[in-house]
Formats: sequence, C-alpha cells, structure tokens
Amino acid sequence: MPRETRLLMGMPITIDIIGDGAPLRLIDDVFGYLNEVDQRFSLFKPSSEICSINRGSIMRSEASADMQEVFAIADLTCRETQGYFDMRRPDGSFDPSGIVKGWAIRNSADLIRKAGVTNFYVDAGGDIQTGGVNGAGKDWKIGIRNPFNANQIIKAVTPKGRGIATSGTYVRGDHIYNPHKPGETIADIVSLTVIGSDVLEADRFATGAFAMGKDGIDFIEAQRTLEGYAVDANGIATMTSGFGAFVTT
Amino acid sequence: MKFPKRPVSLAVSAAALLCASAPADAASLWSMLSGTPDQGTQAAPIAAKKAKTKTATNAQSVPYLDGTYPGRAYDAYYGLVQVQANISGGQLVSIDVLQWPKSRNTSRYINGSAIPVLEREVISAQNTRVDLVSGATLTSEAFLRSLNSALQQASN
Repeated sequence: MPRETRLLMGMPITIDIIGDGAPLRLIDDVFGYLNEVDQRFSLFKPSSEICSINRGSIMRSEASADMQEVFAIADLTCRETQGYFDMRRPDGSFDPSGIVKGWAIRNSADLIRKAGVTNFYVDAGGDIQTGGVNGAGKDWKIGIRNPFNANQIIKAVTPKGRGIATSGTYVRGDHIYNPHKPGETIADIVSLTVIGSDVLEADRFATGAFAMGKDGIDFIEAQRTLEGYAVDANGIATMTSGFGAFVTT
Repeated sequence: MKFPKRPVSLAVSAAALLCASAPADAASLWSMLSGTPDQGTQAAPIAAKKAKTKTATNAQSVPYLDGTYPGRAYDAYYGLVQVQANISGGQLVSIDVLQWPKSRNTSRYINGSAIPVLEREVISAQNTRVDLVSGATLTSEAFLRSLNSALQQASN
C-alpha cells in the first residue's frame, strides 16, 4: 500500500498503510474525511461552521455534533490545564484549532482500523498516531526533532500504539524570571514532546503544558497516563519518570 | 508561540527557494525551514544569525533582484504570519519573521511547591534510523503564502 502526503489544514499530513489488505480507496477516503474537517473547522475559510459560529450566525447550541464534541473536549482541556489551554480569544470568538488537529488524526486512525488495517501511521505536522508495526515488522520508531536543528533527532522512541505530539516554537527563547532566585533566569522551554494514550491526548496536553513554560514537564509528570520530554533554550532536556520506557536506540 | 521582539532570520537554501512556488513541495520546504539557527548555548535562539547560505548554483534558479521584500500577512490558524525575504547576490539568503501568532497564554509562574526531581540530560544528536519524526513545525500555509508574495516582488 502506498504512503501519501497531502497539504491539508495548513500542514503536511502523511498516511502510511502497511500491507495489501486494505481497500484501495482507503487513503483517499481518509484524506476526504480530513478535508471535511478542514472545511468545518478552518478559521480562514469564511464558509466554515466555526466562522459562522464566530460571526454569530449559528448558536453554539445549534452546532453540528462534531463541533459540539470538539468544544466539549476544549472545555475539558481548559479545566484540566488550569486555563493554560483556552480556545476563547480575547475578542470572545472561539479557536478550537489546538484540539481539532489531534482529534482529526485520532479519528483518521479509527477509520483506518475499521477498514481492517492494523499496521499504519497518520502523521499531521509531527503529531503522530501509529498502529501495529512498520513494514519490517518492528515497532514504529519515532525521532524527536532537535528544536535547534531540523535535520537532527535527539531521541528515538517506540510509542507502541500510543500517540505522540510535540509543541514548540523556534522563535521563543527568552527567559523566565524566577522570583525565588532574583538575578537568576531559567531557560525557557522550546520544545515539549508528550506521549499519551492516543494522539488526541498527547496533542491537547502538549499544547496546554507547553504554555506553562518551565512548569509544563512537572504538569505532565503529575498525569498518570502521560509521559513527556521537554527541551529548554540551553539545550537541556528534562524527562518524566516513565519516559525512559519508550526510549530506544 | 511568542511574538519575536526583533525579526528572526532563517537560513534558506536555494533548493528550498525553488520549492516555494510549488505547493506539491510544500512539505519538503516546511521541513527544511522548520529548524532554528545553530544550537545556542549562551545566546537565546531568538538571536538568529543571518546565515550566508552558499548553495551550489542551480541552473534552474531564477535570479532575484537584491533587496528586502516584505510579504503579505496571511492568517494562520493562530493569527497572522508575515515574513520578509532578503535577497543578496540574486539568491534568497534569509527570511525575517515580521509577524507571528502570539501564544494564547503566556502568563508564567514559578511553582514553588514540591517538584519531583526529574532526570535531565544535555541533548545530543542520535544516529538511530527512525520511521518518522515528531517536532514542532512552522505554521505552514500562511508562511508559504507570505514567502511566495515576497518572492514575487523580488522577481524580475
């Protein structure tokens, strides 16, 4: 089966299906689904449902089941991250994009499994759901990109069916002032990778915890079902206590 | 993401430049551009250097007029993205990020409560072969559109 990449939702999305058992149209169908998600949730398509809601022409209570589900997950994530993830913009409009991506990848993986495929991955801009094993029959092996050098990886992990997502930015890099140690700055976090039970869990908490800066990795540590790997502006990584179990060489 | 206090430059190769006009190659352009300057130890990565990328002259490359060309601002999922193309010697040598989506919540605090002692390490490049890569990426579509509009101005 082919591996295919298309540019959708403002990012490259790659679907790889191993083996010959899958229906021929499966990859097209999954990309079709992702295109529907984009039409519904895109903030820069005026015809999208989310834009209609933000214009006030559709009430939140009248929204589609998909929209209601995403909003509910966004509200839940806001509570779970103590407000660090918040889809409400200062002007009162909604931006659930931080949920839509992981949600859409997870749903795509479900579509692939329902078609009888066990060995696959869906990768949307570096947020990944794997299933089963790779073409060589081995666990899918995922590299964590060096936030300072896009051509390097700084860790290799095997999520074994879990989801993995990385939040970060290459423009950040200023420092946090530590009120407990005046005069000493703490290097800010530039990249946070989270492994969760599925890609939606990994992505929404990677986004929320990244906004916590230096404290994000402690937040991940405190969640029983999440593991994380944070890299600061000085190139120092901090990992949660269970992260090592996923590391491979 | 945080709005840069001053423009951030990215080094770009001529190959990436060629990809910029072809949507089919957007993914490869993205991966090439999504890095930062050299690993900064004392200086924060925001203090990006203007790398003078010397790439092999590509016979297909279209000469651009030297100068700086701000692209149009495009809406990404999280806000506006606007870049400026810097052309020198007829080639795209760097990109300044003029506008970038602000972090949705940048308030920070230092947690004074008991913090578990987590393992730390200095990051180092791994030679392991992997199937795919997880990493933060640029806000692609708006980035590419803004860059394209800047390059159109630089074209003859």
